[in-house]
Amino acid sequence: MRWRSGQDIHPVHAVLLASSLPLFLGALLSDWAYSNSFEIQWINFAAWLIVGALIATGLALLWGLIDALRADIPHGRTKWIYVALLATTLVLGFVNALVHAKDGWATMPLGLILSVIVFVLAVATCWVGFTKPGQE
Amino acid sequence: MDLRPIALTLTALLLAACGSDSDVTQYGPNPDLPDKQRGLLPSMTIASPAGWGDRRPAVPEGYTITPIATDLKIPRQTLVLPNGDILVAEGKGGGEAPVLRPKDMIAGYFKKQGTSSVKGGDRLTLLRDADGDGTYEGRSVFAENLNAPYGLALIGNRLFVANQDALVRFDYQPGQIRASAPPVTVTPLPAAINHHWTKALAAGADGRFLYVGIGSNSNIGERGMAVEEERAMVWQVDAQTGATRRFATGLRNPTALAVQPGIGQLWAVVNERDELGANLVPDYLTSVREGAFYGWPYSYWGPNPDRRVKPFKEDMVRRAVRPDYALGSHTAPLGLSFSSPAMGARFASGAFVGMHGSWNRQTPVGYKVVFVPFNAGRPSGPPTDFVTGFQAGGKTFGRPVGVTVDPRGALIVADDLSNTIWRIAPTQRQVQPQSSAQSATGR
Repeated sequence: MRWRSGQDIHPVHAVLLASSLPLFLGALLSDWAYSNSFEIQWINFAAWLIVGALIATGLALLWGLIDALRADIPHGRTKWIYVALLATTLVLGFVNALVHAKDGWATMPLGLILSVIVFVLAVATCWVGFTKPGQE
Repeated sequence: MDLRPIALTLTALLLAACGSDSDVTQYGPNPDLPDKQRGLLPSMTIASPAGWGDRRPAVPEGYTITPIATDLKIPRQTLVLPNGDILVAEGKGGGEAPVLRPKDMIAGYFKKQGTSSVKGGDRLTLLRDADGDGTYEGRSVFAENLNAPYGLALIGNRLFVANQDALVRFDYQPGQIRASAPPVTVTPLPAAINHHWTKALAAGADGRFLYVGIGSNSNIGERGMAVEEERAMVWQVDAQTGATRRFATGLRNPTALAVQPGIGQLWAVVNERDELGANLVPDYLTSVREGAFYGWPYSYWGPNPDRRVKPFKEDMVRRAVRPDYALGSHTAPLGLSFSSPAMGARFASGAFVGMHGSWNRQTPVGYKVVFVPFNAGRPSGPPTDFVTGFQAGGKTFGRPVGVTVDPRGALIVADDLSNTIWRIAPTQRQVQPQSSAQSATGR
């Protein structure tokens, strides 16, 4: 079995893409826990989870970009949508990381709102990313 | 790896994000308090250290500045002993605070760039000018193996030293150049985490009590309020028994304490909270009123709420008292000493304040020693610059910490960036009045 450009997503690429999902979800749930309990450790967890998710997303973006550049013309469009989604997730995720660097409650409510948006984006990105060209 | 370009980029980003630091009047009893602002990144301009070379700090006409000791190991506070010898506390505390967030790692790195890379001495150095010519030819290590000593006070023949974890005591005889025995612990001090580690110290007028300034364990409670037990307050300590009690609370980081000569009133300089904008919150000089709550973390400058701390306590906002005299936001006052007529007529009545200088601001402020005039025992006008020139051309040569008035007519300034002790004295020796003790009351 050999992976070829324009067909199935490479396993390592798949792992990077998929890892962002539980990490962004973890951040979202941690933000939710903090806003309900005011327990500071939750917001600390959220900050680290976002950093982890950004690393996975960033590497996936790099991979996706190279992939899209090498893709056949018919499959190129889907790949570019995927890259655009990844890039948006990364940028908003980074903004969310900066918001989470504010002290205490200054992170809220924007931090929670951004966590929701970024998670939804990450789901959409995974959906597009894992859809085989030709299936859509 | 030189990360200065990154720091510059950060600053540029912030310029776009936060706008420039508009100038507001933030000195005195009624400072302007603009709206809170915080971009995506906090405004940061970190000092870029450079050697003094042939440069000297600037002092007013009629005064001379000389470095009386160099190559120290992070000098912070000084104490002038009755025989004129100067004790210097050297050390660098903190550093034990665990990294809880990605931010702690990154901000810690940047702030470190603006400080000396020398290891803290954890010792007391004694300087002696035997012939009174202003040159301190004698130098000895009075005590070592201390734990980030900061505050110093002498009561009779007992020398008290506030380490970052305990108040300790040495026996002291006039003329002594080295401690005769290891220190005795008077009382442990709150030391867990020690985000703000400096323990300021002053002896009460009657010598019965000592006052210890204990800084908060966070900017605004972002480590949780559990770690703020017994923090952000001034303790009163019985000099004999070591018994402690809370004297005043809500003082975020009381970095220097001084007792007003003649009156006996305790005063403090306090470093206020960050990340609310270039012109919030003013650091201040205040008389420390027994039992008073000064706001931290729930409010600033009296009843202005800061809702970054949760759970929030509205009743604490109502309890908060206003400090006496604003010193400007982010100036970072770390030194306080009341003057005497021996300092010359212009600076006879008032207090000197050493300002370490800002980081949470685009245009640096502080980085100087100012004089706050007093009249009838209260601050009576805008501060005037006393020692400046610590920064030029984007470089920082020194950062003032402790200031101490030598009753013989000199101001001793500790500089923890260039590891120097500066002495500023009237060029012409003032006539020494006998009643110098009453001078700072302002009559």
